[in-house]
Amino acid sequence: MKLTESSSLRIVMMDPCSDQDSAAGNHFEKMQALLEKGFTVTRATPKGKTAPTDRSSLLVLGHFDQPSAPKDLYAEDTEIRFEDIRSLQIEDMVSLAEGMRQETASYKHGDWKPWFPVIDYDRCTNCMQCLSFCLFGVYGVDDGDKIQVQNNDQCKTNCPACSRVCPEAAIMFPKYKTGPINGDQVQNKDLQREKMKIDISALLGGDVYDMLRTRSEKAKSRFSKERDPDKALNERIKCLNKLTESGDIPPEVLMSLPSPDEIQRRAEEAKAKAEAALNRNKH
Amino acid sequence: MSERPATAHSTEPAVSASGPTRILYCHCNYAQIISSETKKTVLEKLCASDRAFDAVADLCEMAARKDPALTRLSEGGPVKIAACFPRAVKWLFSGAKAPLNQDTTEVLNMRDASAEDIITRLLSENLQPNLPADNHPPQASEQPKEDTP
Repeated sequence: MKLTESSSLRIVMMDPCSDQDSAAGNHFEKMQALLEKGFTVTRATPKGKTAPTDRSSLLVLGHFDQPSAPKDLYAEDTEIRFEDIRSLQIEDMVSLAEGMRQETASYKHGDWKPWFPVIDYDRCTNCMQCLSFCLFGVYGVDDGDKIQVQNNDQCKTNCPACSRVCPEAAIMFPKYKTGPINGDQVQNKDLQREKMKIDISALLGGDVYDMLRTRSEKAKSRFSKERDPDKALNERIKCLNKLTESGDIPPEVLMSLPSPDEIQRRAEEAKAKAEAALNRNKH
Repeated sequence: MSERPATAHSTEPAVSASGPTRILYCHCNYAQIISSETKKTVLEKLCASDRAFDAVADLCEMAARKDPALTRLSEGGPVKIAACFPRAVKWLFSGAKAPLNQDTTEVLNMRDASAEDIITRLLSENLQPNLPADNHPPQASEQPKEDTP
Protein backbone atom coordinates (compact mmCIF):
# COMPACT_ATOMS: atom_id res chain seq x y z
CA MET A 1 0.00 0.00 0.00
CA LYS A 2 1.23 3.49 -0.76
CA LEU A 3 -0.13 6.26 1.40
CA THR A 4 -1.36 9.22 -0.51
CA GLU A 5 -1.50 12.71 0.82
CA SER A 6 -5.19 13.33 1.05
CA SER A 7 -7.91 14.90 3.09
CA SER A 8 -10.50 13.41 5.34
CA LEU A 9 -14.22 14.01 5.17
CA ARG A 10 -15.28 16.45 7.88
CA ILE A 11 -18.51 15.71 9.67
CA VAL A 12 -20.26 18.47 11.58
CA MET A 13 -22.73 17.43 14.25
CA MET A 14 -25.09 20.26 15.03
CA ASP A 15 -26.16 20.52 18.64
CA PRO A 16 -29.42 18.61 19.05
CA CYS A 17 -32.30 21.03 18.98
CA SER A 18 -35.15 19.06 20.48
CA ASP A 19 -35.39 17.89 24.06
CA GLN A 20 -36.14 14.39 22.93
CA ASP A 21 -32.84 14.02 21.16
CA SER A 22 -30.63 16.20 23.26
CA ALA A 23 -29.68 13.46 25.65
CA ALA A 24 -25.91 13.68 25.92
CA GLY A 25 -25.66 9.91 25.84
CA ASN A 26 -27.23 9.72 22.42
CA HIS A 27 -24.95 12.42 21.07
CA PHE A 28 -21.91 10.73 22.60
CA GLU A 29 -22.74 7.36 21.08
CA LYS A 30 -23.11 8.85 17.63
CA MET A 31 -19.86 10.71 17.88
CA GLN A 32 -18.01 7.70 19.27
CA ALA A 33 -19.33 5.52 16.43
CA LEU A 34 -18.10 7.99 13.82
CA LEU A 35 -14.67 8.32 15.44
CA GLU A 36 -14.27 4.57 15.65
CA LYS A 37 -14.89 4.41 11.93
CA GLY A 38 -12.10 6.93 11.44
CA PHE A 39 -14.04 10.12 10.73
CA THR A 40 -13.17 13.65 11.77
CA VAL A 41 -16.07 15.19 13.64
CA THR A 42 -16.84 18.73 14.73
CA ARG A 43 -19.44 19.20 17.42
CA ALA A 44 -21.12 22.56 16.94
CA THR A 45 -22.85 24.34 19.78
CA PRO A 46 -23.57 27.99 20.53
CA LYS A 47 -20.66 28.05 22.99
CA GLY A 48 -17.11 27.58 21.89
CA LYS A 49 -14.98 27.82 18.81
CA THR A 50 -14.00 25.12 16.35
CA ALA A 51 -11.40 24.85 13.63
CA PRO A 52 -12.03 27.11 10.65
CA THR A 53 -13.61 25.66 7.56
CA ASP A 54 -11.36 24.76 4.67
CA ARG A 55 -12.02 23.02 1.40
CA SER A 56 -12.70 19.63 2.98
CA SER A 57 -16.04 18.16 2.05
CA LEU A 58 -18.63 18.60 4.77
CA LEU A 59 -21.37 16.33 5.96
CA VAL A 60 -23.61 18.25 8.35
CA LEU A 61 -25.73 16.10 10.63
CA GLY A 62 -28.49 17.47 12.77
CA HIS A 63 -32.14 18.05 13.25
CA PHE A 64 -33.26 20.33 10.49
CA ASP A 65 -36.81 21.62 10.55
CA GLN A 66 -35.77 23.84 7.68
CA PRO A 67 -33.10 21.76 6.01
CA SER A 68 -31.91 24.46 3.65
CA ALA A 69 -31.40 27.17 6.23
CA PRO A 70 -27.84 26.38 7.35
CA LYS A 71 -26.63 26.37 3.75
CA ASP A 72 -26.49 30.15 3.87
CA LEU A 73 -23.55 29.83 6.17
CA TYR A 74 -21.28 28.20 3.64
CA ALA A 75 -19.76 29.23 0.37
CA GLU A 76 -20.86 27.41 -2.71
CA ASP A 77 -17.55 25.88 -3.69
CA THR A 78 -17.30 23.33 -0.90
CA GLU A 79 -19.17 20.10 -1.22
CA ILE A 80 -21.68 20.11 1.61
CA ARG A 81 -24.49 17.76 2.42
CA PHE A 82 -27.08 18.22 5.15
CA GLU A 83 -28.72 15.18 6.68
CA ASP A 84 -31.46 15.09 9.25
CA ILE A 85 -30.53 12.25 11.57
CA ARG A 86 -33.56 12.23 13.85
CA SER A 87 -34.91 9.02 12.37
CA LEU A 88 -31.55 7.35 11.74
CA GLN A 89 -30.05 4.55 13.78
CA ILE A 90 -26.37 4.92 14.58
CA GLU A 91 -25.35 2.30 12.02
CA ASP A 92 -27.42 4.05 9.32
CA MET A 93 -25.72 7.33 10.14
CA VAL A 94 -22.29 5.68 9.87
CA SER A 95 -23.27 4.13 6.51
CA LEU A 96 -24.35 7.52 5.29
CA ALA A 97 -20.98 9.00 6.27
CA GLU A 98 -19.15 6.13 4.62
CA GLY A 99 -21.14 6.70 1.43
CA MET A 100 -20.18 10.35 1.30
CA ARG A 101 -16.56 9.49 2.04
CA GLN A 102 -16.49 7.30 -1.04
CA GLU A 103 -18.23 9.88 -3.21
CA THR A 104 -15.83 12.64 -2.19
CA ALA A 105 -12.74 10.43 -2.57
CA SER A 106 -11.71 11.16 0.99
CA TYR A 107 -9.26 8.59 2.24
CA LYS A 108 -10.34 5.26 3.65
CA HIS A 109 -9.66 4.92 7.33
CA GLY A 110 -8.02 2.14 9.18
CA ASP A 111 -6.51 0.15 6.34
CA TRP A 112 -3.05 0.86 7.72
CA LYS A 113 -1.99 1.05 11.35
CA PRO A 114 -0.30 4.43 11.64
CA TRP A 115 3.07 3.23 12.87
CA PHE A 116 5.97 5.35 11.68
CA PRO A 117 8.87 7.34 13.13
CA VAL A 118 8.39 10.94 14.16
CA ILE A 119 11.57 13.00 14.39
CA ASP A 120 12.12 15.46 17.23
CA TYR A 121 14.20 18.07 15.43
CA ASP A 122 14.98 19.79 18.71
CA ARG A 123 17.14 16.76 19.46
CA CYS A 124 18.16 15.47 16.03
CA THR A 125 21.77 16.20 15.03
CA ASN A 126 21.36 14.92 11.46
CA CYS A 127 23.89 12.16 12.11
CA MET A 128 22.15 9.85 9.59
CA GLN A 129 22.40 6.76 11.78
CA CYS A 130 18.71 6.11 11.24
CA LEU A 131 19.10 6.40 7.50
CA SER A 132 22.01 4.01 7.37
CA PHE A 133 20.30 1.61 9.76
CA CYS A 134 16.85 1.21 8.22
CA LEU A 135 16.64 -1.45 5.53
CA PHE A 136 13.16 -0.50 4.43
CA GLY A 137 13.76 2.93 2.92
CA VAL A 138 11.71 4.81 5.49
CA TYR A 139 14.25 7.63 5.79
CA GLY A 140 15.67 10.00 3.23
CA VAL A 141 17.01 13.52 3.06
CA ASP A 142 15.38 16.71 1.81
CA ASP A 143 16.90 19.13 -0.68
CA GLY A 144 19.04 20.58 2.09
CA ASP A 145 20.29 17.12 3.12
CA LYS A 146 18.31 17.18 6.31
CA ILE A 147 17.06 13.82 7.50
CA GLN A 148 13.35 13.24 7.11
CA VAL A 149 10.79 10.47 7.12
CA GLN A 150 9.95 9.93 3.47
CA ASN A 151 8.12 6.62 3.26
CA ASN A 152 6.31 6.17 6.53
CA ASP A 153 4.12 3.41 5.13
CA GLN A 154 7.20 1.26 4.57
CA CYS A 155 7.88 1.18 8.30
CA LYS A 156 7.39 -2.21 9.92
CA THR A 157 4.49 -2.13 12.35
CA ASN A 158 5.58 -2.26 16.00
CA CYS A 159 9.28 -2.14 15.15
CA PRO A 160 11.03 0.69 17.05
CA ALA A 161 14.58 -0.39 16.17
CA CYS A 162 15.70 2.88 14.55
CA SER A 163 14.71 4.82 17.65
CA ARG A 164 17.02 2.58 19.64
CA VAL A 165 20.01 3.31 17.48
CA CYS A 166 19.43 7.07 17.59
CA PRO A 167 22.13 8.45 19.91
CA GLU A 168 19.99 11.47 20.82
CA ALA A 169 16.68 9.69 21.46
CA ALA A 170 15.24 11.94 18.78
CA ILE A 171 13.04 9.33 17.12
CA MET A 172 9.58 8.73 18.51
CA PHE A 173 6.87 6.24 17.79
CA PRO A 174 3.84 7.83 19.48
CA LYS A 175 2.03 4.51 19.75
CA TYR A 176 4.95 2.76 21.46
CA LYS A 177 4.41 1.48 24.98
CA THR A 178 7.19 3.22 26.91
CA GLY A 179 9.23 6.41 27.01
CA PRO A 180 11.06 8.17 25.65
CA ILE A 181 10.20 6.41 22.38
CA ASN A 182 6.51 7.17 22.93
CA GLY A 183 7.23 10.89 23.16
CA ASP A 184 7.72 11.13 26.90
CA GLN A 185 10.46 13.48 28.05
CA VAL A 186 14.01 12.31 27.45
CA GLN A 187 16.04 11.80 30.62
CA ASN A 188 19.80 11.54 30.92
CA LYS A 189 19.48 7.85 31.70
CA ASP A 190 17.70 7.34 28.40
CA LEU A 191 20.64 8.78 26.54
CA GLN A 192 23.00 6.48 28.38
CA ARG A 193 20.76 3.56 27.54
CA GLU A 194 20.65 4.52 23.89
CA LYS A 195 24.42 4.70 23.79
CA MET A 196 24.65 1.31 25.40
CA LYS A 197 22.42 -0.15 22.74
CA ILE A 198 24.85 0.99 20.14
CA ASP A 199 27.74 -0.38 22.13
CA ILE A 200 26.02 -3.70 22.33
CA SER A 201 25.39 -3.82 18.62
CA ALA A 202 29.01 -2.82 18.05
CA LEU A 203 30.14 -5.67 20.22
CA LEU A 204 28.03 -7.95 18.13
CA GLY A 205 29.89 -6.89 15.02
CA GLY A 206 28.88 -3.48 13.74
CA ASP A 207 25.20 -2.94 13.39
CA VAL A 208 22.53 -5.52 13.88
CA TYR A 209 22.13 -6.11 10.18
CA ASP A 210 25.84 -6.72 9.89
CA MET A 211 25.44 -9.21 12.67
CA LEU A 212 22.58 -10.90 10.90
CA ARG A 213 24.53 -11.03 7.67
CA THR A 214 27.63 -12.45 9.30
CA ARG A 215 25.67 -15.02 11.19
CA SER A 216 23.78 -16.00 8.09
CA GLU A 217 26.97 -16.32 6.09
CA LYS A 218 28.49 -18.51 8.78
CA ALA A 219 25.35 -20.55 8.79
CA LYS A 220 25.44 -20.82 5.01
CA SER A 221 29.04 -21.92 5.14
CA ARG A 222 28.27 -24.56 7.73
CA PHE A 223 25.31 -25.62 5.68
CA SER A 224 27.49 -26.20 2.68
CA LYS A 225 30.02 -28.16 4.71
CA GLU A 226 27.73 -30.11 6.88
CA ARG A 227 24.71 -30.35 4.61
CA ASP A 228 22.61 -29.86 7.67
CA PRO A 229 19.69 -27.53 6.92
CA ASP A 230 18.38 -27.81 10.45
CA LYS A 231 21.60 -26.48 11.86
CA ALA A 232 21.54 -23.48 9.52
CA LEU A 233 17.97 -22.77 10.41
CA ASN A 234 18.73 -23.02 14.11
CA GLU A 235 21.58 -20.60 13.70
CA ARG A 236 19.31 -18.10 12.00
CA ILE A 237 16.67 -18.48 14.68
CA LYS A 238 19.28 -18.00 17.43
CA CYS A 239 20.45 -14.84 15.72
CA LEU A 240 16.94 -13.52 15.29
CA ASN A 241 16.11 -14.17 18.92
CA LYS A 242 19.11 -12.16 19.99
CA LEU A 243 18.05 -9.29 17.77
CA THR A 244 14.54 -9.45 19.13
CA GLU A 245 15.83 -9.09 22.67
CA SER A 246 18.35 -6.34 22.00
CA GLY A 247 16.23 -4.13 19.78
CA ASP A 248 12.68 -5.00 20.80
CA ILE A 249 12.14 -5.86 17.16
CA PRO A 250 9.02 -7.98 16.63
CA PRO A 251 9.95 -11.52 15.54
CA GLU A 252 7.62 -11.26 12.56
CA VAL A 253 9.62 -8.30 11.27
CA LEU A 254 12.86 -10.20 11.55
CA MET A 255 11.41 -13.32 10.02
CA SER A 256 10.24 -11.28 7.05
CA LEU A 257 13.71 -9.94 6.29
CA PRO A 258 14.91 -10.74 2.81
CA SER A 259 17.80 -13.03 1.92
CA PRO A 260 21.24 -12.25 3.34
CA ASP A 261 22.37 -11.01 -0.08
CA GLU A 262 19.43 -8.65 -0.32
CA ILE A 263 20.03 -7.45 3.24
CA GLN A 264 23.63 -6.73 2.32
CA ARG A 265 22.61 -4.87 -0.81
CA ARG A 266 20.05 -2.73 1.04
CA ALA A 267 22.41 -2.05 3.94
CA GLU A 268 25.11 -0.86 1.56
CA GLU A 269 22.64 1.30 -0.32
CA ALA A 270 21.37 2.91 2.89
CA LYS A 271 24.90 3.45 4.17
CA ALA A 272 25.94 5.05 0.89
CA LYS A 273 22.95 7.40 0.98
CA ALA A 274 23.79 8.43 4.53
CA GLU A 275 27.47 8.95 3.75
CA ALA A 276 26.67 11.01 0.68
CA ALA A 277 24.36 13.26 2.68
CA LEU A 278 26.92 13.63 5.45
CA ASN A 279 29.63 14.52 2.96
CA ARG A 280 27.43 17.14 1.32
CA ASN A 281 26.65 18.57 4.74
CA LYS A 282 30.38 18.92 5.47
CA HIS A 283 30.95 21.04 2.37
CA MET B 1 -12.53 30.93 -1.14
CA SER B 2 -12.76 33.08 1.93
CA GLU B 3 -12.58 31.55 5.37
CA ARG B 4 -15.88 31.37 7.14
CA PRO B 5 -17.30 29.90 10.31
CA ALA B 6 -17.46 26.13 10.29
CA THR B 7 -20.86 26.07 11.82
CA ALA B 8 -23.88 28.10 12.55
CA HIS B 9 -22.76 28.56 16.12
CA SER B 10 -19.06 29.09 15.96
CA THR B 11 -19.12 32.85 16.08
CA GLU B 12 -19.63 33.03 19.83
CA PRO B 13 -16.34 32.05 21.42
CA ALA B 14 -15.68 30.75 24.88
CA VAL B 15 -13.97 33.22 27.15
CA SER B 16 -10.31 32.59 27.72
CA ALA B 17 -7.42 34.44 29.24
CA SER B 18 -5.65 34.27 25.90
CA GLY B 19 -8.59 34.54 23.55
CA PRO B 20 -11.18 32.04 22.41
CA THR B 21 -9.81 28.58 22.99
CA ARG B 22 -10.73 25.59 20.90
CA ILE B 23 -10.82 21.98 22.06
CA LEU B 24 -9.39 19.15 19.98
CA TYR B 25 -9.91 15.57 21.08
CA CYS B 26 -7.92 12.64 19.59
CA HIS B 27 -9.57 9.24 19.83
CA CYS B 28 -6.27 7.41 19.16
CA ASN B 29 -8.24 4.86 17.24
CA TYR B 30 -5.61 2.47 15.98
CA ALA B 31 -3.78 1.46 19.13
CA GLN B 32 -4.65 0.52 22.67
CA ILE B 33 -2.26 2.94 24.32
CA ILE B 34 -4.90 5.09 25.97
CA SER B 35 -7.36 3.32 28.20
CA SER B 36 -10.74 3.00 26.54
CA GLU B 37 -12.34 4.04 29.82
CA THR B 38 -10.37 7.30 29.81
CA LYS B 39 -11.32 8.05 26.21
CA LYS B 40 -14.95 7.18 26.85
CA THR B 41 -15.18 9.38 29.94
CA VAL B 42 -13.48 12.37 28.30
CA LEU B 43 -15.61 12.17 25.16
CA GLU B 44 -18.80 11.57 27.09
CA LYS B 45 -18.20 14.60 29.31
CA LEU B 46 -17.30 16.76 26.36
CA CYS B 47 -20.56 15.77 24.70
CA ALA B 48 -22.44 16.45 27.92
CA SER B 49 -20.92 19.93 28.13
CA ASP B 50 -22.23 22.81 26.10
CA ARG B 51 -18.90 23.37 24.39
CA ALA B 52 -18.18 23.07 20.71
CA PHE B 53 -15.14 20.96 19.88
CA ASP B 54 -13.29 19.13 17.15
CA ALA B 55 -12.63 15.42 17.39
CA VAL B 56 -10.36 13.31 15.22
CA ALA B 57 -10.10 9.55 15.00
CA ASP B 58 -6.32 9.41 15.08
CA LEU B 59 -3.82 12.26 14.82
CA CYS B 60 -1.08 9.81 13.84
CA GLU B 61 -3.01 8.64 10.80
CA MET B 62 -3.71 12.22 9.76
CA ALA B 63 -0.05 13.16 10.19
CA ALA B 64 1.10 10.16 8.18
CA ARG B 65 -1.16 11.25 5.33
CA LYS B 66 -0.24 14.90 5.77
CA ASP B 67 -3.97 15.51 5.90
CA PRO B 68 -4.68 19.18 5.10
CA ALA B 69 -7.22 19.09 7.93
CA LEU B 70 -4.28 19.33 10.32
CA THR B 71 -3.62 22.82 9.03
CA ARG B 72 -7.09 24.03 9.94
CA LEU B 73 -6.74 22.33 13.32
CA SER B 74 -3.41 24.03 14.02
CA GLU B 75 -4.22 27.44 12.59
CA GLY B 76 -7.52 28.23 14.26
CA GLY B 77 -6.05 30.07 17.24
CA PRO B 78 -5.51 28.94 20.84
CA VAL B 79 -6.23 25.26 21.34
CA LYS B 80 -6.28 22.60 24.04
CA ILE B 81 -5.53 19.14 22.67
CA ALA B 82 -6.48 15.94 24.48
CA ALA B 83 -4.12 13.35 23.03
CA CYS B 84 -0.79 11.94 24.22
CA PHE B 85 2.66 13.34 25.07
CA PRO B 86 3.16 17.02 24.16
CA ARG B 87 6.51 16.24 22.48
CA ALA B 88 4.88 13.65 20.22
CA VAL B 89 1.94 15.91 19.37
CA LYS B 90 4.26 18.84 18.57
CA TRP B 91 6.32 16.84 16.08
CA LEU B 92 3.36 14.99 14.57
CA PHE B 93 1.86 18.31 13.51
CA SER B 94 5.23 19.69 12.50
CA GLY B 95 6.01 16.62 10.37
CA ALA B 96 2.74 17.17 8.54
CA LYS B 97 3.71 20.77 7.77
CA ALA B 98 1.09 22.12 10.16
CA PRO B 99 3.14 23.35 13.12
CA LEU B 100 1.35 24.22 16.32
CA ASN B 101 1.79 27.62 17.91
CA GLN B 102 3.93 27.11 20.99
CA ASP B 103 2.42 30.06 22.83
CA THR B 104 -1.21 29.08 22.32
CA THR B 105 -1.26 25.29 22.56
CA GLU B 106 -1.85 23.15 25.62
CA VAL B 107 -1.59 19.38 25.23
CA LEU B 108 -3.30 17.14 27.76
CA ASN B 109 -1.87 13.66 27.96
CA MET B 110 -4.55 10.98 28.18
CA ARG B 111 -1.82 8.32 28.57
CA ASP B 112 -0.84 9.71 31.94
CA ALA B 113 -3.56 11.87 33.41
CA SER B 114 -6.94 10.80 34.70
CA ALA B 115 -10.07 11.45 32.68
CA GLU B 116 -11.29 13.82 35.40
CA ASP B 117 -8.11 15.89 35.25
CA ILE B 118 -8.25 15.99 31.47
CA ILE B 119 -11.85 17.14 31.34
CA THR B 120 -11.27 19.75 34.04
CA ARG B 121 -8.42 21.24 32.05
CA LEU B 122 -10.27 21.05 28.75
CA LEU B 123 -13.27 22.92 30.09
CA SER B 124 -11.40 25.45 32.18
CA GLU B 125 -11.17 28.91 30.74
CA ASN B 126 -7.47 29.48 31.15
CA LEU B 127 -4.87 28.11 28.79
CA GLN B 128 -1.53 26.73 30.01
CA PRO B 129 0.73 26.35 26.98
CA ASN B 130 3.05 23.39 27.45
CA LEU B 131 4.61 22.39 24.14
CA PRO B 132 8.34 21.70 24.50
CA ALA B 133 10.24 24.86 23.70
CA ASP B 134 12.11 25.11 20.42
CA ASN B 135 15.66 24.75 21.58
CA HIS B 136 18.61 22.48 21.43
CA PRO B 137 18.93 20.51 24.65
CA PRO B 138 22.27 18.99 25.66
CA GLN B 139 23.12 16.28 23.20
CA ALA B 140 24.20 12.79 24.15
CA SER B 141 27.80 13.66 23.47
CA GLU B 142 27.59 16.38 26.13
CA GLN B 143 26.06 14.17 28.81
CA PRO B 144 28.19 13.09 31.77
CA LYS B 145 30.07 9.91 31.05
CA GLU B 146 29.10 6.75 32.84
CA ASP B 147 31.03 3.54 32.94
CA THR B 148 29.50 0.97 30.69
CA PRO B 149 30.12 -2.70 31.15
